[in-house]
Amino acid sequence: MTDTYLKLVNAKPFSQFAKTAGLPRPVPLRRHAPGAPLVPGPVLVLGRSPGTQTVATTLLGWDLDVRRHLRPKEKLGAVVVVLDDVADPAQLAGLFLEVGSVVRQLLPGGRIVTISRPAAGSTEPRVASARNAVEGALRSLAKELRAGATANGVLLDADVDVEAPSVGATLEFLLSGKSAYVDGQFVTVETSDGAAHHQRSDAPLAGRTAVVTGAARGIGAEIAKVLRRDGAQIIAVDVPAAGEHLALVANEVGGTALQVDVTAPDAAERILNHAATRYGRLDIMVHNAGITRDRLLANMDPARWNSVMAVNLESQLRINEKLLAADGFSADGSIVCLASTSGIAGNRGQTNYAASKAGVMGMVRSTANSLAGSGRTINAVAPGFIETDMTAKIPFATREVARRLSSLQQGGLPLDVAEAVSFLASPGASGISGQVLRVCGQNLVGA
Amino acid sequence: MNSLPTQQDSTPESDRSVPAQPRAAVVIGGNRIPFARSGGQYAYASNQEMLTAALDGLVARFGLQGERIGEVAAGAVLKHSRDFNLTREAVLGSALAANTPAYDVQQACATGLETVVGLSNKIKLGQLESGIAGGVDSASDAPVAVSEGLRRVLLDLSRAKSTIQKLAALRGLRPADLLPNAPTTSEPRTGLSMGEHQAITTARWNISREAQDELSLASHRNMAAAYDRGFFDDLVTPFRGVSRDANLRADTSLEKLGSLKPVFGRTLSADATMTAGNSTPLTDGAAVVLLGSEDYARQNNLPMLANVVDAEAAAVDFVDGKEGLLMAPVYALPRLLQRNNMSLADFDFFEIHEAFASTVLTSLAAWEDEDFCRTQLGLPGALGSVDRTKLNVNGSSLAAGHPFAATGARIVASLAKTLAEKGSGRGLISVCAAGGQGVVAILEAR
Repeated sequence: MTDTYLKLVNAKPFSQFAKTAGLPRPVPLRRHAPGAPLVPGPVLVLGRSPGTQTVATTLLGWDLDVRRHLRPKEKLGAVVVVLDDVADPAQLAGLFLEVGSVVRQLLPGGRIVTISRPAAGSTEPRVASARNAVEGALRSLAKELRAGATANGVLLDADVDVEAPSVGATLEFLLSGKSAYVDGQFVTVETSDGAAHHQRSDAPLAGRTAVVTGAARGIGAEIAKVLRRDGAQIIAVDVPAAGEHLALVANEVGGTALQVDVTAPDAAERILNHAATRYGRLDIMVHNAGITRDRLLANMDPARWNSVMAVNLESQLRINEKLLAADGFSADGSIVCLASTSGIAGNRGQTNYAASKAGVMGMVRSTANSLAGSGRTINAVAPGFIETDMTAKIPFATREVARRLSSLQQGGLPLDVAEAVSFLASPGASGISGQVLRVCGQNLVGA
Repeated sequence: MNSLPTQQDSTPESDRSVPAQPRAAVVIGGNRIPFARSGGQYAYASNQEMLTAALDGLVARFGLQGERIGEVAAGAVLKHSRDFNLTREAVLGSALAANTPAYDVQQACATGLETVVGLSNKIKLGQLESGIAGGVDSASDAPVAVSEGLRRVLLDLSRAKSTIQKLAALRGLRPADLLPNAPTTSEPRTGLSMGEHQAITTARWNISREAQDELSLASHRNMAAAYDRGFFDDLVTPFRGVSRDANLRADTSLEKLGSLKPVFGRTLSADATMTAGNSTPLTDGAAVVLLGSEDYARQNNLPMLANVVDAEAAAVDFVDGKEGLLMAPVYALPRLLQRNNMSLADFDFFEIHEAFASTVLTSLAAWEDEDFCRTQLGLPGALGSVDRTKLNVNGSSLAAGHPFAATGARIVASLAKTLAEKGSGRGLISVCAAGGQGVVAILEAR
């Protein structure tokens, strides 16, 4: 689905008119391409804590142009603000005003990333208020940025310091073009698990075997491609009726096509059996298969409600139960579930769909608790408005409004969702579990 | 287990004069596109497109992208002259490595089974580690030939050098020559269609209309049940929006089948019994089977469903009416069984291709007929009965349809999976073919 307005507004003469008239001015986002630099320019690291230097050292290790001070008018690729020891709201003014003074120097596609701690981790009202204040400021700043720049945060749980491997991995993800459509979000690092993240890798998933359900089309097909790009072997799963497209995807990613309906009682066994016999392992499970059967609740029939719940939620519950009990699923395996911003904010006509997706998020948080300390992780990705065949069916006017109702003023691409999935499935994210990562361009609904 | 001549089976294993057992040829899996009736969903799909799709689905199922397969053998019965290298062209258009060799086979409806037999033998001999066997047919996209008269004129014209010679060539043209030859599946030596031939055999063996309709009903029901339990999930890849065989009628009944008017044998003195419901329609489709040595399968973590044990071809003299056109498998089977020291009781599954319901029923009747077995097959008595509960358990051509050259690969893949599900036992395949030919084969579970 092409975004015609996006093209129009980035070309003369309309671009000038749009600026004068105050129309939305989305820009093509900075997305990851193999070999592309992590950030478009120098990285300014701000902070008063001892962790600030540690973060600067990590970034230097990635061959970035790291600065602690910036010359006037110098263009910036990113700002990393280290706030891990903030204990009083009074400490925020200095750092945030310093960020404000360089915002205009941020290049298109630039990044602002805060590293702080979650308010819930403190019983001290003053500390908690300072920590929560960081989130409020950052989310607002994200809405002020233009030209495809984003602002996101890393939250460190109590036992985690800035040296934790997943902090580095999250920082890399948020600075890179891989997080192009992630905006105004926080990722919590819960543990210091995982190998040190000293070096960036083009194939973080090398040696891993991944199952992607609903892989025949759209977001699922893109997830398969990105996981393959990142080094994983792909088992592409979809219903038998989607087999023709599934075969194309499997052949494109050099994987295998497994035609199985995820709602079948033996779906988990068939997936595990295929992975065991063909690859000898299963490391990554991506629950992407999903359907919509929209109706106002007043007009809802059992078939619509039940089919959506069966595919979007029940299948994940059943497969996870068997997967996590199976030796065939790696001791450091990761599960990534597709949720939706509809499940967070609700959506008219989608009681069934939102129920299923909110259910997924509940499942993820609960399962993460039971997986704590096991080495396995489970997370969810909640896409907002993504340009797919599904959203292309939305009536024109509704679609146009939905597209612009985010800080980035455009829909995301299946690639943006796939990048988030690959990040959460990577060994670098082994300290992250029970999270719901929104890929929504900071959609204005459901924030 | 591979067979050896019977007289050598009793030789002690220590005797070094016994030739080494050839290694096993294994059915790894299969893939086909759903079959569709001629003129239906695949009306504008070519043989090459369908065979390529079947290959690509197989590649996707088993992760063979960019792999050099030992050899691909396939064929089509109704074939355009431009498709002289059909299988090789399909390979080049597929996700397989371009350096995969391929060749075409044509043995009418036995084409698919014969490709399995040929490649299996090469694997057993150690000439190949892997092979893909199969076939394709389109009755929709059939070649239309120009008349013999026009063809000669056109060839003469192409050889003519001067204008005078060209005019001379054109002078030979008659208005009637401009009419094309419509595609036909009639036997060249008798002018009779396969259905008319089978109608004679059906009458000769007194096969009742009810028995034919019952067999047809069983085929539809068995295949529908197999689809419902997911049996075909790893045997079929959808094509052009079709995900189940378009000919399959899950809801058919004896009443519906009984209401159809006979279409073959209406000029015979006996009652006409063969209808569109108990005969296979002209069908479009493609099917392939992945074969390999045990080493190949193990090294690539591929499943091993069944071994290809042995096969036998036969032909009958049908031209002067001595024997029915589709009776050749009846003759092939005793020879195959004798060579392998087996009887009908040694099989757990029978896959008898349902060209017509009556083809299956005449074969069964012939093997049960003491007099026929003695006089025609040279046996001491009746060959025996086929347990009908073991016959075409997941449906056959009456339900799926019958794209001529594709049927063998469909049957081999389905039977191999059936044997793998059971985990033991043997299966027998019988396929009749135009020209009074037939091929029978044995698969064995691993």
